[in-house]
Amino acid sequence: MAAGFRAARRTPGGRAGLAFLFFLVLLALFGPLLLPDPFHQFDLLEASNTAPGPDHPFGTDQLSRDVLSRVVSGARISLAVAALAVALSVTLGAGIGLVAGYWGGPVDATLMRLVDGALAIPRLFLLLLVLSVPERVPLFALILLIGATGWFTTGRVVRAETLRLREETFVRAAEALGASRRRIIFRHLLVNTAGPLLVAATLGVGDVILLEAGLSYLGLGVQPPTPSWGGMIMDARPVLEAAPWVGIFPGLAITLTVLATNLVGDALREALDPRGA
Amino acid sequence: MTRVLDVRDLRVSFPTSAGRRFHPVDGVSFTLDRGETLALVGESGCGKSLTSLALVRLVPAPGRVDAGSTIRLGDTDVLALEGEALRRIRGKRIGMIFQDPMTSLNPVFTVGDQIAEGVRAHARMSRADARERARALLQEVGIPDPAGRLDAYPHQLSGGMRQRVMIAIALAAEPEILVADEPTTALDVTVQAQILEVLDELRRRRGMAVLLITHDLGIVAGRADRVAVMYAGQIVEEAPTLELFEHPSHPYTQGLFASVPRITGPVTRLTPIGGTVPPPTAWPSGCRFRPRCPQAFEKSERPPELLPVGPAHRMRCWLAERSG
Repeated sequence: MAAGFRAARRTPGGRAGLAFLFFLVLLALFGPLLLPDPFHQFDLLEASNTAPGPDHPFGTDQLSRDVLSRVVSGARISLAVAALAVALSVTLGAGIGLVAGYWGGPVDATLMRLVDGALAIPRLFLLLLVLSVPERVPLFALILLIGATGWFTTGRVVRAETLRLREETFVRAAEALGASRRRIIFRHLLVNTAGPLLVAATLGVGDVILLEAGLSYLGLGVQPPTPSWGGMIMDARPVLEAAPWVGIFPGLAITLTVLATNLVGDALREALDPRGA
Repeated sequence: MTRVLDVRDLRVSFPTSAGRRFHPVDGVSFTLDRGETLALVGESGCGKSLTSLALVRLVPAPGRVDAGSTIRLGDTDVLALEGEALRRIRGKRIGMIFQDPMTSLNPVFTVGDQIAEGVRAHARMSRADARERARALLQEVGIPDPAGRLDAYPHQLSGGMRQRVMIAIALAAEPEILVADEPTTALDVTVQAQILEVLDELRRRRGMAVLLITHDLGIVAGRADRVAVMYAGQIVEEAPTLELFEHPSHPYTQGLFASVPRITGPVTRLTPIGGTVPPPTAWPSGCRFRPRCPQAFEKSERPPELLPVGPAHRMRCWLAERSG
């Protein structure tokens, strides 16, 4: 992890992305404490759709809620969904990739054909299909679903790395000196795939933020009144001409966050994974 | 002399796509006594590395050790072991060093970690004790400032230092036998001598048996008690080192000596052995060296046994019958 930070700081893009993400995480953690709470902010005396000004730097929306507060609260939700979903898919991808690569043979063939099949269906449509069935999808189920559909490429990358590492002399040496299978898998194989995993995780965060925004925009992701960036853009649609700030700011937040994660991901890839997996 | 290893009629086979099996190691027998160094000499592809891997049952799939082979480690029948019992002889009773110290260490862990791993794989020990043991081992293999080197990563060390670390790891569980598979091939000549010195000293101090696998006769000279020369999956000549150097008898061994320069004696042209080692899928019938042998005769069309040429000196060649 520490090595990852050092690696990402080596390029200007990586530095900028890392700085923005750091700022965003701080904002998501502590911002809501400093700003008016959007949940309790249906102030009927306040005008709705006010333009950005000293009182409301990002303006207010049609329910006269402070857009800045909502964008900051949305950061909390978007980042939490992204972090948890990515943690789940990286764990699944690493586990399944290691199993397939280490055992090989029919186990490998079965798992990889499943992955091929899963990759043939676009992730968004897969999620739309599942999410449109129930009346209302709780947040944790959304995270589980996004996480469970995000491990396919990671699994493939880890499998490929495992296949390569298995043939390394140091793995052979560890076996010859009596290391147990568990030690070989976790110590010699998993730890050596940390680089590609970190890259996959970082780029995955950007993907998930976009995906969650898209789903929320379609009304199938995070449910109101919980603020989410995608949901805010959907809310802004009818008033986009009269009050563009309601949609512009969450849109900007999405763009910048995804840009930042991709910058960090690319920097990491350059530093840790020269073959560009 | 205590016999620590007895290998008899070891055959390792791989399947061909045609459903047949070929034998890269085909009937190898040798023994190893406590405190003794046996050198296994041969060209690439003669089966010497595969022989060493078979000792700890690490022949890569789909290869296998054939029925009828025997590997006895003291009183243990290695070929009858499974699972955990097998893991416990690896490292604990047979330690291994590999050719390339650049790739035989895990790049992401410190050398201290990796030696401690070897220690803790076979003995219940606290982390602190294992670390202290790792330090002592680094000292034993002649690494300066061992305490400071514990936290070094492999890429921070030179090739010679890495090979010393590898030896320390192989020694971690105090094995009775150390198998060194081309331990100096990837190293500079000066470093080679140092590494061989370390191995020799450890053998003397600990009474370990060493199986030294090499293609370099020069390495064998001062270090090994006995030499077994391998060709095409078989041992073709074996003798005490001095005897072999003075009276190389098998035409192949003679060819090996003729193809390396000598420091003493008149300068002559080096004579390479014509042709190449045949692949294990197409070994010639009869004597396997026959197609390349300058002294082949009618009887070479029948496969020779290991025949005596002198005390403790045998070779797989019908010529032994003429001289003896």
